[in-house]
Amino acid sequence: MLALGLAGKAAAADIGNWDAVVAEAKGQTVYFNAWGGSENINAYIRWAGDELKSRYGVSVVHVKLDDTAKAIATVLAEKSAGKDEGGSVDLVWINGENFAAMKREALLYGPGWATKLPSWRYVDHENKPTVLKDFTIPTDGLESPWGGAKLVFFYDTGRTKAGELPRSAAELLKWAEANPGRFSYPQPPDFTGSSFLKQVLTELIHNKAKLQHPVDDATFQADVAPLFAYLDKLTPFLWRKGKAYPQNYPDMKQKLADGELDIIFAFNPAEASSAIANGELPDTVRSFVFSGGTLGNTHFVAIPYNATAKAGALLLADFLLSPEAQLRKQDPKVWGDPTVLSLAKLPAADRAAFGRLDLGVATLGPDELGPMLDEPHPDWMTRIEAEWTRRYGAGN
Amino acid sequence: MAQAIKRARREASRKPGKRRLSANAFLVLILGLPVFAGVAGVILPAFGYLPALGGLHLKLAHLTELAQQPHILRSALTGFFAGLITTFAALAIVGGFVAGFAGTSVFTRIQHLVSPLLAVPHAAAAFALAFLVAPSGFLMRLISPELTGFTRPPDWLVPNDPYALSMIAGLVTKEVPFLFLVTLAALPQLAVSRAGQLTAALGYGRISGFAVSLWPALYRQIRLPVFAVLVYSVSVVDVAMILGPQLPPTLPVRIAQWAAYHDPDQRFLASAGALLQLAVVLAAMAVWIALERLGKIALARLTHSGRRLARDGAVRVASALAMTACAAVIFVGLGLLAIWSVAGLWPFPDALPGQLTPETWLRTLPRLWAPLGTTIALALSAASLALLSTILLLYRNGTAGGDRTPGHYRLLYLPLLVPEISFVFGLQILIVSAGFTPAFPSVFAIHFLFVLPYVLLSLSAPWRELDPRFETIAAGFGKSALEILLTVRLPLLFRACLTALAVGFSVSVSLYLPTLLIGGGRLTTITTEAVALASGGDRRVIGVYALLQAFLPFLAFLVASLGPQLLFRNRRAMRT
Repeated sequence: MLALGLAGKAAAADIGNWDAVVAEAKGQTVYFNAWGGSENINAYIRWAGDELKSRYGVSVVHVKLDDTAKAIATVLAEKSAGKDEGGSVDLVWINGENFAAMKREALLYGPGWATKLPSWRYVDHENKPTVLKDFTIPTDGLESPWGGAKLVFFYDTGRTKAGELPRSAAELLKWAEANPGRFSYPQPPDFTGSSFLKQVLTELIHNKAKLQHPVDDATFQADVAPLFAYLDKLTPFLWRKGKAYPQNYPDMKQKLADGELDIIFAFNPAEASSAIANGELPDTVRSFVFSGGTLGNTHFVAIPYNATAKAGALLLADFLLSPEAQLRKQDPKVWGDPTVLSLAKLPAADRAAFGRLDLGVATLGPDELGPMLDEPHPDWMTRIEAEWTRRYGAGN
Repeated sequence: MAQAIKRARREASRKPGKRRLSANAFLVLILGLPVFAGVAGVILPAFGYLPALGGLHLKLAHLTELAQQPHILRSALTGFFAGLITTFAALAIVGGFVAGFAGTSVFTRIQHLVSPLLAVPHAAAAFALAFLVAPSGFLMRLISPELTGFTRPPDWLVPNDPYALSMIAGLVTKEVPFLFLVTLAALPQLAVSRAGQLTAALGYGRISGFAVSLWPALYRQIRLPVFAVLVYSVSVVDVAMILGPQLPPTLPVRIAQWAAYHDPDQRFLASAGALLQLAVVLAAMAVWIALERLGKIALARLTHSGRRLARDGAVRVASALAMTACAAVIFVGLGLLAIWSVAGLWPFPDALPGQLTPETWLRTLPRLWAPLGTTIALALSAASLALLSTILLLYRNGTAGGDRTPGHYRLLYLPLLVPEISFVFGLQILIVSAGFTPAFPSVFAIHFLFVLPYVLLSLSAPWRELDPRFETIAAGFGKSALEILLTVRLPLLFRACLTALAVGFSVSVSLYLPTLLIGGGRLTTITTEAVALASGGDRRVIGVYALLQAFLPFLAFLVASLGPQLLFRNRRAMRT
């Protein structure tokens, strides 16, 4: 409660008294800084904003980012300029190294607000440890979970036989050698592209335990040597021989539809089904995962310490976590992002509604998704991104 | 009476000098000041001085940091060469075509084909080209698998090729219409047909005859626009993001990426980058001036040699084809954008989509209104204010631009001769340092800055060409100067004013970088949304945005041509 006290005038933020939060939020405008590169996600955020407007009189403006780091930089700049109130970011879509950075620099409102939201009681923190530990960093109620994510690969059965699919990073390299130009990954520091690097690193590093701790400068080059040896072998067989890369996941999706790529991947198991429903991918597309497991994590929303509309931001965070919003989010026709709620904790009607969701023809069931690999400490992502740019940043 | 007239004439002939001075003062104020302030706003932080962000001492650390950025030299050189090649190619195509066809019916036909291209925003044209030439693009679909045997798109690095060839192609298709229209404006002041008859009689080919007799005078008139093309092409951001190389991107794109971070360190780095970009542009200008000298020597040699080069048929055909190709690429490309925006599943190598669906439009439309509203509000207000200022300026000073003494409004080109990325970014730093939040007024101001030159250029020629006798007669009826302006000149120039308004409107619609930097991402227009989606790769949504982006200027020009018809429907002679 001390931290809440520090929040000063935003007294509102007395989260114990939810009615007061609702009352104070009325008339506020929440600047929600969130990645804006995907149309269906943008549409979902717009829907949430419309609902908030009609229910609570809170306006939501989606500030579309191409990189979440920009929102953090904004808050950081405001802090160094002494702007401790009236900041321009009210809510930010976040996880991993961005959360780690904001937590480290004390740029976040809290701690503890996330676990006091009315909808927190439905969250499945018992079975989904990543809700409480974001890339190994304890969340401390500084961020509220929004959705789950797991790395899943997609292919077109019309072109690729299920039997030939690679089941590990090593097999993927062999597959690429046999099918030159038909695989690639989004150019780091794109989030999905960097995740691919982490997946390979997690599979190949000699001592996996190291990934749970910050990078050790002394051994970093040796630790990542297997990753870059792998990439050196893979690059000549990539799409455009690694002289250009897809820019992000939707770009890969278009290239799978065009027949330029044969295997793509996303951090959302329902992406393929939702693309089929939208006519963006043929209905012959299916999903697969590596047998040794793929990366999984949770993504969150957080409130900067100097947010102007804290009450509105709390309200939006709670709404995003509500069974109603989570149900709509998991619908592949809308977005298809897996819920962070526990079905067992939901009221019967909501549970039934989740049960009725048609996850789509290309979505793997929970039992087919394979083991979940832990995300490395955020330090690793930043370091391998920089190393990647140094090595592959000029295509030829 | 006669003496009174004489006195009036004397006064009239004396005054312009003074008035011109005040007009220039006005231009210095609204064009020069922001540009110079912007450049200063980049230079000081590049050397570490920016008190608002804690930079109090001059130092070279940020330039060193810039030098240490991976592959920075390559980024700078790619844009440098791409800009020079674009300018040279566009000038060669336009020059060859004008020389080869001025005064023919082919000329008029291609003129009608190319003129509308000026209104198509750069980003939309770039998308059009990308959809056409990508390995999975329309051209490849048309001939596959029948001619190529490809059932899968080939693994070719187009667009985004490392030598920026697709970016150059995209820029050329847009710079050709611009240079062509500038040339058209200058042609009436040259004795084209007489010089043509003379050189033909001497046995010159059309092109060599034009080059020997008219080119030097023509080039002098279009030299500033040519430099504007050079500066634009060397510093372009939106086209480079869509068509340019990605590993590494060109320097302006990297600066835009750094500038988008609000982190103080990145701002200093971006400032250093913007300073480097200024140097790159100056270097490109120096090279271009050297090329001009070489061209002059070559032309002099040709003239003195007396060679006639009569057989220039191939060159003429090539230039006409290149002109037509620019138009074809954009029109077919825009058609493709339209088809993609309503396409269902459209797998390679199908030339056309299997089914059509309004789904993408229905899904996108609710999200379009806000940026569409902002776009139109910005464009209308900036263009209107620019038109008003232009009328005031011309009213007080007579004509601008391409008249016999082109010195008057040289300042007009200032915002076009300093790279956008450098001075707009500097302005952004100043605005942020002054504690302003990005909002409509500041974006409106920067739009006005870019719109005014085009509106002034557009209205100057018709203003100058209006028969002065109308006003003389009105003066004879005892009308005051203001009354004459309002009741005679402006109604007679109504169509020209609307056209100038439409020009300003389309310039504002197409502005990407100024909107992005000054708007701080909070003010989104159709153009910023379209370019942001470029990396998303969803052709259907890009189709919707790029089509809308291209459609808005067309709409403005449509209104400009229909307006007089409606307003003067009972006065036939006024309808043209």
